[in-house]
Amino acid sequence: MQKKQITIIIGAIGLLLLLLVVGCAQKQEAGGFGDAPAKVYVAPGSYDEFYAFMSGGFSGQVSVYGLPSGRLFRVIPVFSQDPEKGYGYSEETKPLMMTSHGFIPWDDAHHPQLSVTDGQTDGRWLFINGNNTPRIARIDLTTFETVETIEIPNSGGNHGSPYLTPNTEYVVASTRFSVPIPQKDVPISSYKENFKGTISYIKVDSATGRMNLAFQILVPGINYDLSRAGKGPSHGWSFFSSYNSEQANTQLEVNASQNDKDFIAAVNWKLAEELVAQGKGQAWPANYFHNYMDAADVGKSETMNSVTILNAKEHPGLVYYIPTPKSPHGCDVDPSGEYIVAGGKLAALIPVHSFSKFKTAIENKEFDGEFDGIPIVKYESVLAGEVKEPGLGPLHTEFDGQGFGYTSMFLSSEIVKWKLGTWEVVDRIPTYYSIGHLMIPGGDTKQPYGKYVVALNKITKDRYLPTGPELTQSAQLIDITGDKMKLLLDFPTIGEPHYAQACPTTLIKDKSKRWYPIEENHNPFAIKAEGEARVERDGKTVHVYMSTIRTHFAPDNIEGIKVGDKVYFHVTNLEQDWDVPHGFSVFGANNSELLVMPGQTRTILWEPKQAGVIPFYCTDFCSALHQEMQGWIRVSS
Amino acid sequence: MKHDSTNEDPAVQAGSSPQPNRTKRTRQPRVPLSLLSRIVIAAAALMLAFTYFFPLWEITLDAPQYPEGLGLEIWINQMQGQNQGDLNKINNLNHYIGMKQIKPESIKELSIMPWIMRAVMLLGLVVAATGRRSFLLVWLLVFLLVSGAGLVDFYLWGYDYGHNLDTAHAIIKVPGMSYQPPLIGSKKLLNFKAISLPGIGGWVAIGSFVIGGLVWLMEFRRARKQVIRAT
Repeated sequence: MQKKQITIIIGAIGLLLLLLVVGCAQKQEAGGFGDAPAKVYVAPGSYDEFYAFMSGGFSGQVSVYGLPSGRLFRVIPVFSQDPEKGYGYSEETKPLMMTSHGFIPWDDAHHPQLSVTDGQTDGRWLFINGNNTPRIARIDLTTFETVETIEIPNSGGNHGSPYLTPNTEYVVASTRFSVPIPQKDVPISSYKENFKGTISYIKVDSATGRMNLAFQILVPGINYDLSRAGKGPSHGWSFFSSYNSEQANTQLEVNASQNDKDFIAAVNWKLAEELVAQGKGQAWPANYFHNYMDAADVGKSETMNSVTILNAKEHPGLVYYIPTPKSPHGCDVDPSGEYIVAGGKLAALIPVHSFSKFKTAIENKEFDGEFDGIPIVKYESVLAGEVKEPGLGPLHTEFDGQGFGYTSMFLSSEIVKWKLGTWEVVDRIPTYYSIGHLMIPGGDTKQPYGKYVVALNKITKDRYLPTGPELTQSAQLIDITGDKMKLLLDFPTIGEPHYAQACPTTLIKDKSKRWYPIEENHNPFAIKAEGEARVERDGKTVHVYMSTIRTHFAPDNIEGIKVGDKVYFHVTNLEQDWDVPHGFSVFGANNSELLVMPGQTRTILWEPKQAGVIPFYCTDFCSALHQEMQGWIRVSS
Repeated sequence: MKHDSTNEDPAVQAGSSPQPNRTKRTRQPRVPLSLLSRIVIAAAALMLAFTYFFPLWEITLDAPQYPEGLGLEIWINQMQGQNQGDLNKINNLNHYIGMKQIKPESIKELSIMPWIMRAVMLLGLVVAATGRRSFLLVWLLVFLLVSGAGLVDFYLWGYDYGHNLDTAHAIIKVPGMSYQPPLIGSKKLLNFKAISLPGIGGWVAIGSFVIGGLVWLMEFRRARKQVIRAT
């Protein structure tokens, strides 16, 4: 009895001491910001140094921030409808949301990727994956608008995507969930027998950016997670982390965590290209959508019905498995292209593979058996080194170009800085809390810009004012110019930020479009001058060719509309001036407003349900007489 | 300078008259322009070619909403925005005050001015070729006249645009307010500050005239000295 009491007392004292230590640590942090305010202060009217593009996660959007200020500039809707912009509601943009499952107004957007040339950011396009219904989208960085989406067939979830090859030759996709391929009605417990995975290469046209699913590699049925392409010496390869080599179909939390090692799949995409060119691929029937804004800035949907498949088992040298501890997540290639860093979610170390050792191991046939027909390269033969005791739950690694790797630690909620080559940990900094991805501007390219690392956190708890049960996710800006990392700034993010990318503003700023030249507007329903404004009836369909210019609509009195009509408002913004969009909204419309950029045409459908006189107006404060920018529609029964 | 008479130019030959005494008595002797002056005049005339490559005049419109700049350029043969799309923006803004649309194709001066400029250039070259100081004076007077007429025309154009407003359809009506841009200098027009100044082409023309004037002045003084010395 006495012993127990003593234990309790000692325990209580211990707890008090712990609280004291934590309290002191927090106090230190609060008082220790030094020159941080000056480092993140971007004076009014001045510009940031970097554009940062952050995934919105389950918001299906991309948000655009400035670094180092952490100021939000824009939210780009990608997979999610956005009534504010009319995105996914206007007739022009609706096709971008089409899939073989019909119109899907949402997805889970994870990994933004800036286009690259020779392994360096070129500021042309931003790609991002849709995880839930496998898709990849492309955003044009002159307009910051989504201009293309492509559905990925034969995939059960597109997580390891859209990681680019060094010249944006391809964006990749890999199935997070293996499923029967092609799909069929089988017992879920027949996983090992029936489930397969695919790794897809989508060719990107170097001039237009247009995507085209070039081929898919059929691979054993496990979960493919994240990817990076090789560069420099490893150019021509890409690497995909995987888990569930147990091929469990239930209770994955436990059952997929049994094996000591899972795999990184190394894919020789140059060889795949050759095999396809030699006609070694098989044409499989498929059903997927390719949607894009055409030359007239009108969305088009194409249904595709075939895909070229390469079965990995049938082509020696195409795919190898590199054993990697504990359900690896991140799979990051260093700037030199020699090292592949894996983040084993449950591992107590960070294994780093060597590409040159991998090549030698293949030459010397140092294999450790096969997994479902794919050769497994010996772990020891490929391993360059291990970062020992880095912390708990390593996930992702980015590089500063100065010979250091920075790895996010989900469980111990910190970033760990370590040296490439010696694998020693040199610094660590806490994150608040539970960091997922991290991002250094250009940190995945041949020549990182360095300067900052951004922590992208899943949980914020007490970091901000509470907003009910759902709290903001957050980013944290950390200075990496010195030997010690220094926290500079916390800022909230849109949705859940997964990955992010950043580049110097010079790559994008001066190419940013100010308006669409009206003479280049080839929308079939566009009008080039106010005099062309008119109403045309075709049976029960009515086309209103409408113009907007400060500060009026033409026409602004519309009569002859009947209950039951389908009224298409084709609104052309005749402005040719910077930052003068006009809005268009109709009383009682069941969809959204339109926000029409200068020189652009956008169309919204309205179906009047009762007789009367219905007002419409401009929603975007456009001039001193914005309030006067309105009109009426007479609806007769 | 003393070897001017070796020049092959007949005009110069004519200048060095074989009967100096008789001429002297009736009128001052013709002292031809020096070779250097003639070269300078030719250069000044040829310099005017720059007016084909740079705007003669610029009207800049300064307002808080236009940090990117907004303005008009008047060229020898065209009128255009300082930046792409400016003319369109200005016309759109002008509809608020009932100002006429600026349509460069309907401004006839823009088709006449190139010819006038060519004539001025040609005349300058004639001056250089003949080397006659009186011709230089004529050239300068013509130059001045043409420029003056141009500015008057510009003023009248601005007056017309600034005053003849379609008040029936104007959205913004400020009693007593007109919107004539200044001929030169700056003026506040509602939220805009209009700044009117010569463009590069205009400065070149002014420079050409000033050079011509200086040459004439120097030659005038040189000739007077020669005449004094001769008498």
